[in-house]
Amino acid sequence: MPDTQGPTPSPRPPHGRITENIVHFARTLRKAGLPAGPSAVVDAVSAVTINGIESKQDLYWTLHAVFVHKRDQQPVFDEAFRLYWQSKGLVEKMLALLSPVAPAGQREAEKPRAAQSRVANAFEAAKQREAKETKPLIEVDARFTVSEKEVLQKKDFAQMTAEEVAQARRSLAHFTMPADQIRSRRFKPVHSHTPGKQVDARRTMRATLKAGGSIIDLKHKAPARVHPPIVALCDISGSMSQYSRIMLHFLHALSEKRKTHTFLFGTRLTNITRALRMKDPDEALAACTDEVEDWSGGTRIASSLQTFNRTWLRRVSHGGPVVLLITDGLEREAFDELSVEMDRLHRSCRRLIWLNPLLRYDEFEAKARGIQAILPHVDEFRAIHSLDAVSDLCRALNDKRIDSAYDATPKFLQSIPPKSPADYP
Amino acid sequence: MSSKVDLPNSIEETLTLLSSGGYLADRSLATVLHLSLRMQRPLFLEGEAGVGKTEIAKVLAATLNRPLVRLQCYEGLDVTSAVYEWNYAAQMVEIRMAEASGSVDRENLSTALYSPRFLIKRPVLQALETTKLGAPIFLIDELDRTDEAFEAFLLEVLADSQVTIPELGTIKAEEPPITVITTNRTREIHDALKRRCLYHWVDYPTAERELQIVQTKLPNAAADLSAQVVTFVQKLREDEALFKKPGVAETLDWATALTELQEVALDPEMVSDTLGVLLKYQEDIDRIKGSRTRAILDEIRMDANSQASVAGNMPAQTL
Repeated sequence: MPDTQGPTPSPRPPHGRITENIVHFARTLRKAGLPAGPSAVVDAVSAVTINGIESKQDLYWTLHAVFVHKRDQQPVFDEAFRLYWQSKGLVEKMLALLSPVAPAGQREAEKPRAAQSRVANAFEAAKQREAKETKPLIEVDARFTVSEKEVLQKKDFAQMTAEEVAQARRSLAHFTMPADQIRSRRFKPVHSHTPGKQVDARRTMRATLKAGGSIIDLKHKAPARVHPPIVALCDISGSMSQYSRIMLHFLHALSEKRKTHTFLFGTRLTNITRALRMKDPDEALAACTDEVEDWSGGTRIASSLQTFNRTWLRRVSHGGPVVLLITDGLEREAFDELSVEMDRLHRSCRRLIWLNPLLRYDEFEAKARGIQAILPHVDEFRAIHSLDAVSDLCRALNDKRIDSAYDATPKFLQSIPPKSPADYP
Repeated sequence: MSSKVDLPNSIEETLTLLSSGGYLADRSLATVLHLSLRMQRPLFLEGEAGVGKTEIAKVLAATLNRPLVRLQCYEGLDVTSAVYEWNYAAQMVEIRMAEASGSVDRENLSTALYSPRFLIKRPVLQALETTKLGAPIFLIDELDRTDEAFEAFLLEVLADSQVTIPELGTIKAEEPPITVITTNRTREIHDALKRRCLYHWVDYPTAERELQIVQTKLPNAAADLSAQVVTFVQKLREDEALFKKPGVAETLDWATALTELQEVALDPEMVSDTLGVLLKYQEDIDRIKGSRTRAILDEIRMDANSQASVAGNMPAQTL
């Protein structure tokens, strides 16, 4: 491995059993989900040799530099470090837990105390997964109900049949989004009759040399066109629960094809981008359900959007994404905040598309204030009339005829004029 | 100017080195920096805008007395502007010269054309050149502004301090450059790149540290003013739900602005008028302007008074 060859520190051997301890510590981290590979362990040992272990704080930051690669990993590292290096009794216990020769019966009895932490969860994860499968499935049709109360619950989805998977792939094959191709700043080789071409000096020189230098054979390049990334914000509150399975399948299939960041929100916001990256749709959905804690609970659109704008917007806005907001817009209160946050979101993305699976019903009227708060800030609004398969979603997004934003809008909303740029301060 | 400065040998020496360059670092940062210097690994600094990531590289260059090679990243950055480029105009002339002398031999021509004298060195190649003063400081600034494709070009440089040019072969640095990579986290950098580096999250400084920074950088500012500015900014970061929190750079800008306006203490109107130096989004300014400013200033004054009354009962302390 190239990076372990680096300059070897002085051959002075680390004192005591520090090497073994670091190896075991790395295994603990690995269990807790940190990618602490063998090369990181080698680095850690040489780092500790260089910096010495005069104080706990120095050891902390030395190991931190080697094992942590992201800010999100810091709490996990912190907790693991505390458990491993600070409380002596636990070290043996954790080693017993990790050691393959430890009797299986010990596992449950010896959970680490801080059960809320992800480190502790690393030991428990397997147990939870088994328990969940036996839970009875209760389906409640909660459309048109609005609640801001937080209900924490997990969800199991019916597995996707092979036919469904194939169909989803097929329908995504022809999927395009509005404003889908943008000019990138990178160049690609093109033929000489392409509009907007430039001379590609590097390729021209090679081609010229091929011919012995007597003929200059001009080659061209032009800016490549790429798909902008997609950021999907998907409502999973009770009123949307019927659609969450299809939407997740859609987003999973989409993230195979395009660069997609996916967030789910009900009463809190969860980033499930990594979970959706798993190849198998059922595994990916299972991973999502593990991460999300507020399935089919209440809705707090405004506060979820606020969290998104504060903590995530800047981290996913590279490349000018198209934002796909999938929600019924049933917010109970905080209409002013909702409007402010929508405005912020709208200004920070290339295009904001609102996809509403519920808005075909005219019984909506009474609760539509949330919708009125959102509508002026979206570039495009699409209602989906039936949503039983991924292909419905693709069709709704592909359909150029409903590009005009208000085509499928129920009557009561048609009186709301879209905000013109002049309305903005 | 011409003497070579040795690398620090311990964490303490690293701290001293940084502070001699006017950079007050936390011990955690000094630890990682020391490691990076000793293990000759790139240092990967992530953090919000304006917390002093780029400054570290500049201070290192100044205190270690080495040249600074800076690669400012932007969207569409590619090999031709980051690593190397051939001087096509000169190559064309060379072809014509060869033709004129009538000795066009294809083999010889291509070796002649792709020789180092037609090579234009861009920052990455420049960073591999060791000078009399030692290897340069190589700053890769705002890496998150490029696309993923560009990161792949860097892997070879970061892991082995070498660059492969197809027509010429591999160019390897005698001594690996001291590499500092900064990112604002507008997107995630690929794990493959991070794995080759030592990672550190540069956080906002504590109130105490920030006050030290302001006092070091702006010795002319009134003592009361600096303290109030720092407390105000710290309160904004902690208590207010801002879209963009002010960084240390903004604190310094604001303190400078107020000093230029010959203020000796914060007053609500002046704060509201100069808030644009501190906050860069209209909705943030709207949120803080007016009554909120007054409330925060009142809090600061009350805190200061209660502290003063406690201090009054205690014997005077020598600093």
